[in-house]
Amino acid sequence: MRYAETGYNLEVDLSRGNIERVESDPKLTELHLGGLGTNAKILWDRVGPEVQPFDPENLLIFSAGLFGGTPAPGANRTIVSTISPQTGLMAFSMMGGFFSPELKYAGYDKVIIRGKSPDLVYLYINNDKVEIRDASHLRGKGAVETQELIKQELKEPNAHVAAIGAAGENRVYFASIEQGRSSCSRAGIGAVMGDKGLKAIAVRGTKDINVARPAEFFGLCNEVLDYIKFRNDNPIPNVMTILQGLGSPQEMLHVDEKWHTENFMWGNSRTRRRDFWNGEIETKWKETQESVRTRLISCYNCPMKCGAIISVPGISTYMMKCFSKLTYTMAAYSDLDFGFRIAQRATEYGVDGFSTPQVMAFALELLEAGILTEKDFPGMPDDAEGRFYWLLDAIVHREGIGDVLAKGTYWAAKEIGNGAEEFAHNNIKKHEQLPLKLGMLNPIYFLMYATGEKINITQIEGQFPQAPFATMEEREEFCKDWIQAPDEKFKDIVKKWEFRGDYSMPFYPGVQECCEIVDWMERMHYIDDSLGMCAGLSSFPLKPPYHIHNYPKLISAATGMDLDPDGLTKIARRNRTLIRAFNNRRGMRRADEKPPENHWKKRFPELEAQLLDEYYKFRGFNNNGVPTKEYLEEIDLGYVGEDLEQRGIYNE
Amino acid sequence: MSKVKKKIKVIKVDLDKCNGCRACEVACAAFHANPKYSSINPARSRIRMVIDPINDEYVPIRAAEYTKSECDGRNVYTINGKEYSECSFCGASCPARDLFKEPDSGLPLRCDMCEDDPAIETPMCVQWCLAEALTYEEYEEEVEEEEEQVKLGEMETSLKSLVDKYGLPKLVDSIARMSQKG
Ligand code: SF4
Ligand code: SF4
Ligand code: SF4
Repeated sequence: MRYAETGYNLEVDLSRGNIERVESDPKLTELHLGGLGTNAKILWDRVGPEVQPFDPENLLIFSAGLFGGTPAPGANRTIVSTISPQTGLMAFSMMGGFFSPELKYAGYDKVIIRGKSPDLVYLYINNDKVEIRDASHLRGKGAVETQELIKQELKEPNAHVAAIGAAGENRVYFASIEQGRSSCSRAGIGAVMGDKGLKAIAVRGTKDINVARPAEFFGLCNEVLDYIKFRNDNPIPNVMTILQGLGSPQEMLHVDEKWHTENFMWGNSRTRRRDFWNGEIETKWKETQESVRTRLISCYNCPMKCGAIISVPGISTYMMKCFSKLTYTMAAYSDLDFGFRIAQRATEYGVDGFSTPQVMAFALELLEAGILTEKDFPGMPDDAEGRFYWLLDAIVHREGIGDVLAKGTYWAAKEIGNGAEEFAHNNIKKHEQLPLKLGMLNPIYFLMYATGEKINITQIEGQFPQAPFATMEEREEFCKDWIQAPDEKFKDIVKKWEFRGDYSMPFYPGVQECCEIVDWMERMHYIDDSLGMCAGLSSFPLKPPYHIHNYPKLISAATGMDLDPDGLTKIARRNRTLIRAFNNRRGMRRADEKPPENHWKKRFPELEAQLLDEYYKFRGFNNNGVPTKEYLEEIDLGYVGEDLEQRGIYNE
Repeated sequence: MSKVKKKIKVIKVDLDKCNGCRACEVACAAFHANPKYSSINPARSRIRMVIDPINDEYVPIRAAEYTKSECDGRNVYTINGKEYSECSFCGASCPARDLFKEPDSGLPLRCDMCEDDPAIETPMCVQWCLAEALTYEEYEEEVEEEEEQVKLGEMETSLKSLVDKYGLPKLVDSIARMSQKG
């Protein structure tokens, strides 16, 4: 019997309409766990560097994690992996909600999609019965609407549906896949789904998931719940409110947005409004949020409530999470009411809440600068909000300038030319980033921004405090029950770290310490992504219930594998390195590892070079950011090193 | 007639606190697996969530009596402006829906209040509902001895549903055949 996993993947060839249930190799679980790890292995084996995002040979993999469907609280992530149309690199976007546990109960760990369907279809998985069904009547339908329509036509209220909207169908490079209260938003995987002619996947499952040592595993899960209770009752003192608790940022709960509105940038990640927040705005925004938010909701088997049902009078109900309530608001220099309204349309269209508003604000900047002209925006209203709706429609339907903008700021700027590149200023590896512009270089964040394979800071940061504590008492207080730290050296760093003087940024933490901090943070994310664990209970917040000390016990009890922290660390590095090598094979090198020029005002080119040098060494990469053959052998990826060698990547 | 003390077990449900996480289903399914916690499958849970996010309907229901046929008519209740079908509050294992049936056999499931030896203090679904949408209370009530009804055991409930499904003669036949085969 296979434990924790089902041991089966579903292989769907949309070109031929062929469906197969294929047993997976248990050895791969030992090497990569599951989720993102095994996705990466499949992509490495089957998608060569010559394959373009919209080729039929590109795979689109929906995967549960190893813990999906087990009682482990928060193990509900679906990891979708493919080649991103925007970056040309591996995209891995994760969504919470209910899809992946249902997939496990239907008897599958992954759905691997290849080929392209000539007509728009959806996939219906009901235990052993799997069908490709016609979706022509769903063309152009909203992503939320589609989920409801499919559940109705299948008469399966308990099915869970992941669907794209018009943006995915039209291959917008930042199209998302929506599912219940969650979405896979980053890197344009919705466009790949649309390109394959796949409108949705509906899944319903009523089979068992087994674990190897039941009582022990359940006991550990109970400990996790107890710790969540403890953390909910004991927010971390001396850090900003949004960093005090567990879960993803509690944007649906909190109404005080002083910090975001005054520290994040407005417009095309352009303007900081330091005195924005005042009593009047606070009252108004509070009223807005409380009047549209009907309920705070969770993902499968998680006690946190990071999402909400949003019902704005006059428009249909949708679900929201995280920060998207502010991204449109701030990009348009508007208010929260507008944010909730336009997000409804954007969710039905199925677009990423980070990239989309920036692309629209970017277009308006180009207009203002005279690089684009009124002629490019025929019929666009004059008011800020009307313009945003107009742009959203044009982009999603790829009409006129919208067709160009649909590729994101990097590609659009290249196509528009005439100096437009200057305005696509907030990208890393062609992908729009959080609208943040800061003062002093933060060496830890420099490394995470530059080298993170997900190309999204929230998917690598988390375990280590974002800023020093003011006094020694505060530092002692933070360290005293910091059970998550892998070892004492992290506590020493926190205790020494100051706002000013010898032990302050950018030179403290030192280069070596930065490498170790980044290593720890990214390690936890790679573990989560292979287990299907929500980062909100693990790698993202300070002092989470899952950490490097209890994870090996949980994995051992669930699977029967023998694992200690070192063994688990090795697996996480293997997965991390495999994705790096995959991206190297697609052309990514050191030269691409650059945070936006203006991310920090005070930059230190020498220090930054040194940070990259040392991080690469620490990681077993050569100075060009490519894993060395020796290191690959050490982590049982010798075949990857040979491939890179044959391709001449080591000779550059 | 003599009076006896009877323990009344109550699970209180606060619909406003429910976040739809289905941890109650997870805990119940795991607890009732054999061996305990060895498998997890919400379809085997004796508590199920009726969820319709678009209408903001979140109702946990516990499996109650098995019923042979669905109701002829159903009420629709409006509470605080929201409509709920009568089914959303009904725990019956009923042919109209796929709740509270063992997925393999189709046999009815029933909440047993986590009866166990040794007894557990709080039912599992309540323990795992950190949102406190489910809370547990116990109190004692004096009842006439006779009033205490004999509850059907789990096996009897299952048998009853099989009788309904196949008819008694067929069932007796099959059992006779099976016992001959040994
Ligand atoms: S912490 Fe939040 S985002 Fe994560 S699983 Fe729980 S409810 Fe979902
Ligand atoms: S009381 Fe026990 S048996 Fe009944 S629904 Fe809750 S967990 Fe299941
Ligand atoms: S565990 Fe509680 S909050 Fe979660 S679905 Fe069940 S009743 Fe609702």
